[in-house]
Amino acid sequence: MALMSLIYLAALVGLPFVFNILLSFQDVNMMNLAQLDRPFVGLRNYQEILGNPYFGMIVWNTIVFLALSTAFQILIGLSLALLFDLNFPGAAYMRGLFLAAWIMPGFATGQIWKVMLAGNSGVLNYGLEQVGVIGGPVYWLSDPSLALYSIIAVNVWLGVPYYLLLISVALAAIPKDLYEAAALDGATRWARFYTITLPLLRSTLLALVALGMIFTLQQFDLIASMTDGGPVNSTNVLQYWSWQFSIQSFNLSLGSAVSALLLVVVAGIATIYVIATRSEEN
Amino acid sequence: MLRAMKRYTLSIVAVVIVGIYLFPIYWMYATSFKGPMEAMLYPPTLWPRDMVSNHWDVFNGRDMPRYFWNSIVITAGTLAITVTVGTGSAYALSLKRNLWVEVALFSILLMQALPPSLMVTPLFVMFNYAGLLDTPRLAVILALAGKSLPFYIVICRSAFLGIPKDLREAALVDGSSNVGVFLWIVIPLARNAILVAATLLGIQAMGDYVYSASFIYDQKLQPLTLGLANYVGVSKTDWAGIMTYSSIMVTPILLTFMLLQRRLVSGLTAGALK
Repeated sequence: MALMSLIYLAALVGLPFVFNILLSFQDVNMMNLAQLDRPFVGLRNYQEILGNPYFGMIVWNTIVFLALSTAFQILIGLSLALLFDLNFPGAAYMRGLFLAAWIMPGFATGQIWKVMLAGNSGVLNYGLEQVGVIGGPVYWLSDPSLALYSIIAVNVWLGVPYYLLLISVALAAIPKDLYEAAALDGATRWARFYTITLPLLRSTLLALVALGMIFTLQQFDLIASMTDGGPVNSTNVLQYWSWQFSIQSFNLSLGSAVSALLLVVVAGIATIYVIATRSEEN
Repeated sequence: MLRAMKRYTLSIVAVVIVGIYLFPIYWMYATSFKGPMEAMLYPPTLWPRDMVSNHWDVFNGRDMPRYFWNSIVITAGTLAITVTVGTGSAYALSLKRNLWVEVALFSILLMQALPPSLMVTPLFVMFNYAGLLDTPRLAVILALAGKSLPFYIVICRSAFLGIPKDLREAALVDGSSNVGVFLWIVIPLARNAILVAATLLGIQAMGDYVYSASFIYDQKLQPLTLGLANYVGVSKTDWAGIMTYSSIMVTPILLTFMLLQRRLVSGLTAGALK
């Protein structure tokens, strides 16, 4: 019984993973796509990727995308979890409502935000103008210096509910008498947060950093929906670049080289995550 | 008295935060009830001034029944493979704990982390070998099931672990077979976890974009997400229409969520971080 799914996963996840690395050392094009043996080209695909004028920019975008998304998702998730932990009427129900954002199809979410972020008649610019934050229209998605941050903001919006939920679970697991004892000793609310909550949440938060990076590296739909990696690659990230090579321009050699590079990084992060969470469980 | 007031003040603060947070979903529905001109008006109307419903026109004019059908085929196929193949495995992996089980669990968790947009490249070449790109919906189903199985196994396994061993042993003593215990005792007791995992994965399959965009080129076989992309491709500035399409597409998903909210939340937290 167990074998059935392991065979399935080996064939449709494990094998492709290895096959992708093999492809990245070959010359793959539309002419030899159906052939089983293809010319090996050594490191040529990797050299071509490293020599691409956009390589540095796209790697940097990926790092910024990862770092900012994860940081803000955890920060906002933690703040909201602390608020909803205060146990007021309707807290549990309202906390659940956040998940509506998380389960929406990413491509549709991207379209909604595209309408809201539009420069000339978007509702966000209208709101910010009313409050006096901006003086004229801001082109959130077509200004190359802003577009990446706009996508990150939407990605944070999408991810926060999940963090809120997981951090809430961890908060609920902290024994309440710890707080009561500290309060009796005269500890202020902030002191209690720094000496009890944060230390006890540390392992959860560390796991969430790894999990956040894994989720962010899976983000694809928002970029496809909102910017297609543009303007001029300013919102392009490695996982999108790889797909553009392979599927949009059928350059599977370069596509597999980019994905091989990133898959190794993902596998590394995932290994750390799994070891960290499992050792804690045992 | 003061304490009670403080509690309700917090409730009001929370309502405001939820309201702001979910504003994009409101904006989608509000825009879908505006005419094409009003949708692009500046300053925008926060509530549709001349309420019109384009839903029926968009539904039929953009061939949504066909896209819906393809989404349902892809979702049903993905769930069929995931549940059939995954439930037994999750059970087997919950019975023993040895080195091999640890290795299997470790690789399952690793697989869960692999980004679909990267897996597309090798899968494209492999599906091409196998001739699967001629039946592209099946190709998407196979790829999505590979993406879904790890999550399903993790959630179900932790539910199976929670079933007392004595219960199974008592049934075996009473003359049930191992298969009988699995089918008539273990599965009914874990039905909540199975339902939650299948619902979440079904929602994910309904929203799939990356696999469908990579493997399905024939419009007649494409799901709703690609139908939306096609719509955006031909009329970028028809905001009212695009939001109408989006609202028709996400409403069934949001309704499913509202109906099962309590269970989904508890199921997610049970399977998380394991």
